[in-house]
Amino acid sequence: MQLIKDRQIIDDIWNYVTDDAELSAGNISVSLARWQQDKAKLLAHDGNIGVRLGPADSVDDIAADLNSLQLIELDFPDFADGRLFSHAWLLRERYDYHGEIRATGHYMNDQVFYLSRVGVNAFSPEKAEDLPVVLSHLNDFTVKYQNSVN
Amino acid sequence: MYQYNDNDQILVDERVAQFRRQTEQFLKKEMSEDQYRALRLRNGLYIQTHAPMLRIAGPYGLFNSKQLRKIAHVARTYDKNYCHFTTRQNIQFNWPKLEEVPDILAELASVQMHAIQTSGNCMRNTTSDHLAGVCIDEIEDPRPYCEIIRQWTTLHPEFDYLPRKFKIAVSGALHDRAATQFHDIGLHLVKNAAGEIGFKVMVGGGLGRTPVIGQVIKPYLEKKHLLSYLEAVLRIYNLFGRRDNKYKARIKILVKESGLEKFSTLVEKEWLLIRDNNELDNERINGMKAQFVAPAYDTDAARDTSFSQQQDENKAFATWVKYNTADHKISGYRAAFLSLKAPDSPPGDMTDVQLDAVADLADKYSFGEIRSTHRQNLILADVKQADLFVLWQQLELLKLATPNIGTVTDMICCPGLDFCSLANAGSIGVAKEINEALDDMDYIHDIGDLKINMSGCMNGCAHQSVGHIGILGVDKKGTEWYQLTLGGSSENNAAIGERLGPAVAKDQVTKAITTILEVYIEHRLEDESFLDMVNRVGITPFKEQVYAIN
Repeated sequence: MQLIKDRQIIDDIWNYVTDDAELSAGNISVSLARWQQDKAKLLAHDGNIGVRLGPADSVDDIAADLNSLQLIELDFPDFADGRLFSHAWLLRERYDYHGEIRATGHYMNDQVFYLSRVGVNAFSPEKAEDLPVVLSHLNDFTVKYQNSVN
Repeated sequence: MYQYNDNDQILVDERVAQFRRQTEQFLKKEMSEDQYRALRLRNGLYIQTHAPMLRIAGPYGLFNSKQLRKIAHVARTYDKNYCHFTTRQNIQFNWPKLEEVPDILAELASVQMHAIQTSGNCMRNTTSDHLAGVCIDEIEDPRPYCEIIRQWTTLHPEFDYLPRKFKIAVSGALHDRAATQFHDIGLHLVKNAAGEIGFKVMVGGGLGRTPVIGQVIKPYLEKKHLLSYLEAVLRIYNLFGRRDNKYKARIKILVKESGLEKFSTLVEKEWLLIRDNNELDNERINGMKAQFVAPAYDTDAARDTSFSQQQDENKAFATWVKYNTADHKISGYRAAFLSLKAPDSPPGDMTDVQLDAVADLADKYSFGEIRSTHRQNLILADVKQADLFVLWQQLELLKLATPNIGTVTDMICCPGLDFCSLANAGSIGVAKEINEALDDMDYIHDIGDLKINMSGCMNGCAHQSVGHIGILGVDKKGTEWYQLTLGGSSENNAAIGERLGPAVAKDQVTKAITTILEVYIEHRLEDESFLDMVNRVGITPFKEQVYAIN
């Protein structure tokens, strides 16, 4: 599967590990709950670690661990739930997180401009044909009225 | 009035292009109903009972004559020759074709107008005092701050998918004409003990199903912190506002459920972390103030003697001056209200012919500017007293001179069941019937200051809960009934109306209203307004009479 990172189409080098699955090799992403439960084991994992946040999760809960995490996935259950926009902003501005922040799940292609402004730098669309669409929508506006991350 | 720079123009042009593309995708079935709904709402487009409804932003109620002519053109070309002014100083079209909306928005962008964020769960049009900059009780002109807020809220990347809609109102005068206590955030320009001017910030006010008076969260906020403080409130609301029930999703519920103290603590903590990185500097404020400099007033305007003579000679003119004009800070000038409440037309509606004519009158008599009020009338804010007589004569011909501003027939009214898909009951027809019953202007003037607000459903677009008399349409097993409230106010003495009793049937509403007026006339003390009397005697005498006849 391919995705967009820093405005480039690249191959996804991460494995999504569900809560009841064994940890797989390589770079893996787990839920916040799994991270909190298996932190020691995950820190010893041979490969990079990413954590998935949902809208109801608190960024504060993971703030102290951010140095160990190379990826934060913001997993949209519903495009209308705007909390993840604030989560992205908090990760970048409050906690100075420099790793990858990736939008996954049910966000809209029409939201990627806003998402990129609050610090999301990777997008994992549901369909491969959305890749060029996302790239194009990142340029919907060339002007802005307010400060954010970008 | 604010003039767009290149960036402002690029932004609205790019927004039109984006929405055109989104609409094309939807029409080609490349986008789901759900997704398009969220996007079209953020461009002011509702799907209504008969047709789409398009809501155009009236930034804090300011328009120029060129913009009004464009609205007339849109009404003529894309709609049925009329438009509707709303309680939030916006303009609505009731009959546009969905596929033509991008063209309408392109037309509007060509005169520095847009429909961005006029609906949807996002930050809406910022509203203000319709007499800003000209009234005699002003601490400071709120319009520069309104424009700063307008820009900050427009396409804000973090706060466009809020739990629910979010409305900000700003007032700069002693008398609150912007209903700031009934907004998600209300801002009042105030002086502190040192004589410096800043903002009193209120939060959690709102109308709709659960009317709540806003509470003061910050008695004095320095101007430089305006945007950082708004950002802190919005971030706390975005993160913690309820999303499980749309009827409990407004910030008023969050403030109520967490308590003002806990909510303020959260906001304060957030604000202290961000305030130094987002200061509004003096250069920005002064630059914005320069966009709202006073027009070139005639310094000899007060020397005119014709104005008082014309009032002496013409009673109808004198009556119009008394009810439909307001004092102006410049001697020799007055602000003239254009009543959109003529007895035979739906409250707030205007035809293309009227719009074009008003644009001409604005050019001739009021520096080319027009304002909309939250009671759904228009204002020419800077008219020389010597010009008022001829202006009045022309407004008479246009049916815009009904001398009823602030009186019982100056009703706020939503489109109701006739147009709105949310409504449970009609409102325009009831307004018309009340108007027909109250056809004696002397009687109306004798009653004096009385605000009737009527909504066709619980959403309360016409602010019925803060009407001196509120009328709320409800559905009872398929028939239209109306609940009456008394004693509401959206001004300084903010209050939510008290329910009079059981709802009355549609054919009894007018009788109930005329009975209420009779009780007032019978019981009032000398010079006592309706609201004062209700506050003095309570609702019982009204209740007894209204339900005695029903």
